[in-house]
Amino acid sequence: MLTLYQAALRSRLLLGTARFPSPAVLTQAVRAAGCEIVTVALRREAGGERAGQGFWSIIRALGVRVLPNTAGCHSVKEAVTTAQMAREVFGTRWIKLEVIGEDDTLQPDVFGLVEAAGILCRDGFEVFPYTTEDLVVAERLLEAGCRVLMPWGAPIGSGRGLNNLFGLKALRAHFPDVPLIIDAGLGVPSHAAQALELGFDAVLINTAVAQARDPVQMAAAFAQAVEAGCLARLAGPIEPRDLAVPSTPVIGTAFRG
Amino acid sequence: MRILVNGDWRETRATELAGVLAELGFGDAVVATAVNGDFVAAAARVRTSLADGDRIEVLAPMQGG
Repeated sequence: MLTLYQAALRSRLLLGTARFPSPAVLTQAVRAAGCEIVTVALRREAGGERAGQGFWSIIRALGVRVLPNTAGCHSVKEAVTTAQMAREVFGTRWIKLEVIGEDDTLQPDVFGLVEAAGILCRDGFEVFPYTTEDLVVAERLLEAGCRVLMPWGAPIGSGRGLNNLFGLKALRAHFPDVPLIIDAGLGVPSHAAQALELGFDAVLINTAVAQARDPVQMAAAFAQAVEAGCLARLAGPIEPRDLAVPSTPVIGTAFRG
Repeated sequence: MRILVNGDWRETRATELAGVLAELGFGDAVVATAVNGDFVAAAARVRTSLADGDRIEVLAPMQGG
């Protein structure tokens, strides 16, 4: 069981809702993934347009928790205001806090992130900060009041998997009791399985499912990979070795001596 | 008075935020608002006066990652 800010969850797969070919495919993918949390956003809408209202009806019908994001925000002020707007519209204290620092990699501005996290935590938000694997930044985010961290695997939408294994393992080892969700950059289910095998608590997937040839099937594949990775972690994986170790007993081998 | 709504300049006769939203056709739509970068709660829109040149953001739920 995964606990995020007092919410007990069975699924360790979170799904983003963007870039799906249609609302129907999104709905089927969420069901196939068996996920209990989906991420959502806020965008400008013209009066009478109502696209956002339709989308919100679809999400509410799914009966899952929503985790609004502050995607696209490049400053502390923008992120804080967007979070406040999201809290009212979506009726949740949860916020996936993104403060983007660099447009090519969508790398978080960790200085702005820590500052915004402090403001929002003091204002009663339950903050899920999109961060890097940097240990010092993680420590500062926890000091600011965050109780969950969302380190990136690789740049958003890149599908590259866990780019910095050493850094991510160090982060996991350093904060054994903090829920850590790999957010961004995963491309295939084996990446998700690897994240869970390494002890990460959950993964957030969007592009890898939404842009797959068959998003519904890919959602199911990620769900199985997450399940497999979680079981493997509990089962205790063996340590890699440099030399072979015979798996078949050598005692009694024929034709020897 | 001229105000900037979601990046577009508009003429409005309304003097409060709630009036502007009605004028623009938002009616009972689920939206969140900000004026000059500061969040304005739904309940505060009727008493939020606007001035010439104010920047209004009207945001609605949307797909996100």
